[in-house]
Amino acid sequence: MAENILHTEKITMQFGGVVALYNLTIDVNKGEIVALIGPNGAGKTTAFNCITGVYEPTYGSVTFCGETIVSNHPQGKMKKMYMGEQDEEKLKVIRPTPDKITKLGIARTFQNIRLFNSLTVFENVLVAKHMRAKQNVLTATLRLNWREEKRAREESLALLEEQGLLQYKDELASNLPYGLQRRLEISRALATEPKLLLLDEPAAGMNPQETQELAEFIVKIKDKYDLTVLMIEHHMDLVMKISDRIYVLDFGKLIAHGTPVEVQKNQRVIDAYLGVAEDA
Amino acid sequence: MEFLNTNLPYILAGISVGGQYALISIGYTMVYGILRLINFAHGDIFMVAGFAMVYLSATMPLFISVPFTIIITVLLGFVVERVAYKPLRSAPRMSIMISAIGVSYFLQNCAWYITSGLAKQYPKIPWISDSVSIGTATTKIVTVITPILTFVLVIALVLLIKYTKIGMAMRAMAKDFETSQLMGVKINSVISFTFIIGSFLAAIGSLLYFTNYTTVTPVAGAMPGLKAFVAAVFGGIGSIPGAVIGAFIIGICENIIKGLGWTTFSDAFTFALLIIILVAKPTGLFGEKSTDKV
Amino acid sequence: MNEKNRNLNGVITPQNKINIFNSVISFVRKNWIGFALIAALFAIIFILEQILPASSMLFVVLKKGAIYALVAVSMNLLNGFTGLFSLGQAGFMLIGSYTYAIFTIPLEARDAVYQYFDGGIINFTVPVPVALIMAGLAAAIFAYLIGLPVLRLKSDYLAIATLGFAEIIRAVFQWDKLGPVTNGSNLLKRFPSFTSTLYPFFVSGICITIIVLLINSSYGRAFKAIRDDEIAAEAMGINLAKHKQLSFTISSFFAGVGGALLAMYQTTVQAAAFKSAMTYEILLIVVIGGIGSVTGSILSSFLFIASSEWWLRFLDDETYIGSFKVPLLASGFRKVVFSIIIMIVVLFYRQGIMGAREISIDAILRFFRKLFAKDNREEAA
Repeated sequence: MAENILHTEKITMQFGGVVALYNLTIDVNKGEIVALIGPNGAGKTTAFNCITGVYEPTYGSVTFCGETIVSNHPQGKMKKMYMGEQDEEKLKVIRPTPDKITKLGIARTFQNIRLFNSLTVFENVLVAKHMRAKQNVLTATLRLNWREEKRAREESLALLEEQGLLQYKDELASNLPYGLQRRLEISRALATEPKLLLLDEPAAGMNPQETQELAEFIVKIKDKYDLTVLMIEHHMDLVMKISDRIYVLDFGKLIAHGTPVEVQKNQRVIDAYLGVAEDA
Repeated sequence: MEFLNTNLPYILAGISVGGQYALISIGYTMVYGILRLINFAHGDIFMVAGFAMVYLSATMPLFISVPFTIIITVLLGFVVERVAYKPLRSAPRMSIMISAIGVSYFLQNCAWYITSGLAKQYPKIPWISDSVSIGTATTKIVTVITPILTFVLVIALVLLIKYTKIGMAMRAMAKDFETSQLMGVKINSVISFTFIIGSFLAAIGSLLYFTNYTTVTPVAGAMPGLKAFVAAVFGGIGSIPGAVIGAFIIGICENIIKGLGWTTFSDAFTFALLIIILVAKPTGLFGEKSTDKV
Repeated sequence: MNEKNRNLNGVITPQNKINIFNSVISFVRKNWIGFALIAALFAIIFILEQILPASSMLFVVLKKGAIYALVAVSMNLLNGFTGLFSLGQAGFMLIGSYTYAIFTIPLEARDAVYQYFDGGIINFTVPVPVALIMAGLAAAIFAYLIGLPVLRLKSDYLAIATLGFAEIIRAVFQWDKLGPVTNGSNLLKRFPSFTSTLYPFFVSGICITIIVLLINSSYGRAFKAIRDDEIAAEAMGINLAKHKQLSFTISSFFAGVGGALLAMYQTTVQAAAFKSAMTYEILLIVVIGGIGSVTGSILSSFLFIASSEWWLRFLDDETYIGSFKVPLLASGFRKVVFSIIIMIVVLFYRQGIMGAREISIDAILRFFRKLFAKDNREEAA
């Protein structure tokens, strides 16, 4: 049976009185492509942010490859405002910064592209190799790290070539057209040598053909780099085509879970996306 | 009680200078609230007001020179905003701060040039520079007038912000600049108005301050300006009552420290306070937190 | 990949040493033009020193320009390349100056200098190069401590906090109780200085080279990533706190060395001179040169010093043409004109002289080749 890569346990995220995410419990197993879908504002990106350490969840924990990497319970002011059950167990407090999560092997892309605009395409990918290099400031400055540098450059060029970005390698990242910028973001995330890839709306703004190419690309890199993929998406054709399982969020709560076929038929999902009839 | 008596002159001085800092700090906090700009030049506008009074009262009677000083200061604030800050509104934040530093540099150099580096004596404004006894201490009437005047002006300002249309526009812009623009708020007018109020208060502050510390030099605005800014941060940048309270605390503590004999550190105290508040509660006493959307 | 060369502990094995030697040789060979130019520069300065009188303004400009160039580049590293708007440079220069002076004043002179403090408590001196490094280290240590609370603040708050710390440092160094070390509010003097212009050029040159190597290294890329988008940088595995600290401490190290050089140049050290106005001047130099351009900072530094100390001097003198007094020219006008020029650059030429570009030898050669190619084509036509 496939090993469990990611497990979130009852993740709740509250901003003051607003509950963005409630008791989110999901599983992602090795080699799977799992999709997280739901109407806008359902809390999908919030879930990503809780998993990757950008937000500290109000309550809940995240386990990665068997190890708990994020864990928190309501403290201070939040204790009074917390809308979960009042006798929640007091979890340990583990609140890592996002870079630690990335080092453990979880990489992510962003809903609104966040490239390093003053760096070239090549440098954007190179930067993602920085944390894995065995070096310190002194060895890097005196170029004693030339072996690491060489390895990083070779691997980055290989990634660019695979994505068809090699000819743009010395262009400023901000000069690329939108579609290529998205590809660059994914390349950059791959450069961190992850085990789990979190894609936030990778097909946003793409036409059907680009979406098709993206679908093939995701499956290809998943096999090539032995990845597991969790993705947020609105393009249902992409989701239905390549996902093994789908989780559906609405107003921060999980309302459905299953294979693409099961989810498509689920009445609650249909209601969430299309709305319920007034005279029901 | 003994402490109070020996330190009364210092406490009074503290209340007085605190009020003057308060008037300056309101300018900082209002501008930062709307534009997210630390107006480094604000302290120097205060200094220009001082010099304007010196030169004007040499040739004109007081009842003309005082309003003229205020008008000149207000005009200066308005012009500085239009020339140095408005063109950079869409530029990265660092650029506009550098522009503010540039304006400050320019004003100080102009002052130095015009005065040839000689310090000037501030004219005596009758009545407020007269002495009065409070308890065991003797001080000038300005020490008593300052907190009262500050109080009155701050209340007037808070009322204006709460109950007038332009006050509402200022609050809206402080909350969300872009949306205010989209909602049809005349941002240029509101920003100019903010600078005008700030400069007006700075002019009043300079009238009171230089009656106490009568030497006016080109760098006379630097320290009070910086301290007023710290007061604004301490009270919560964007909050007018916070800035005022912060200013009084700084003024009083600074003078008590002088009273205890640690004069070298009276300035450093303000900065230590700044560091403490930035580390402990960066939003200040009355400030609000804002979150970035990822 | 030759695995046997890679030692797991990063210790340099003999195989590594040969490879380092080879890479240094190839580095020199590839950049011989650059080295030739630098050698030529030093030769020119040397010759000028033999020809012109020692008090010539040119040397003032060159010496002070070289020192300010180092401090400007160090500030650019922090503000321009890492995006941390810090206004504490004067404070770190002060620490550097004092550290250098305190540890190099000759023992015989100590009684005279520390006259109110019984000769001071430091009773030894160190060689000048060691003192320079100590100056940098002292500044770096202070920077590390200050950075711990301050670096997580947003840009405007960071500016004010560092400004505040610089002022606190200045007050502390003037404190009488520390007099046995710092001489309180009195001058420090009689420490070793330099006479030749080549000295500051040499020291600044080495320091700037190290900074450039850093900027072009993996860590330099990390700094730029932090500047462009902190959140994305973190997501790519870059620890913000650690890298910001690195940039801050390294920048302050070199500001400290710059401060020590300044002390040597001015031959006296006094805390009161290191006001925030000095930081503003450095900031203006960086802006005029182009935030994010090392060559810009260097060029701008020399231009700035030349303008303020030498070329615009005439604006300060009251001049008469015949019996007609030229209006405006009087003491202090130079700085007014200067401020106006700066405002013009800030408002209209925000990119500064160089923008974010650097002068590279290749670019210069290409420029000249194009020039000559055009001439040849015109002749052929």
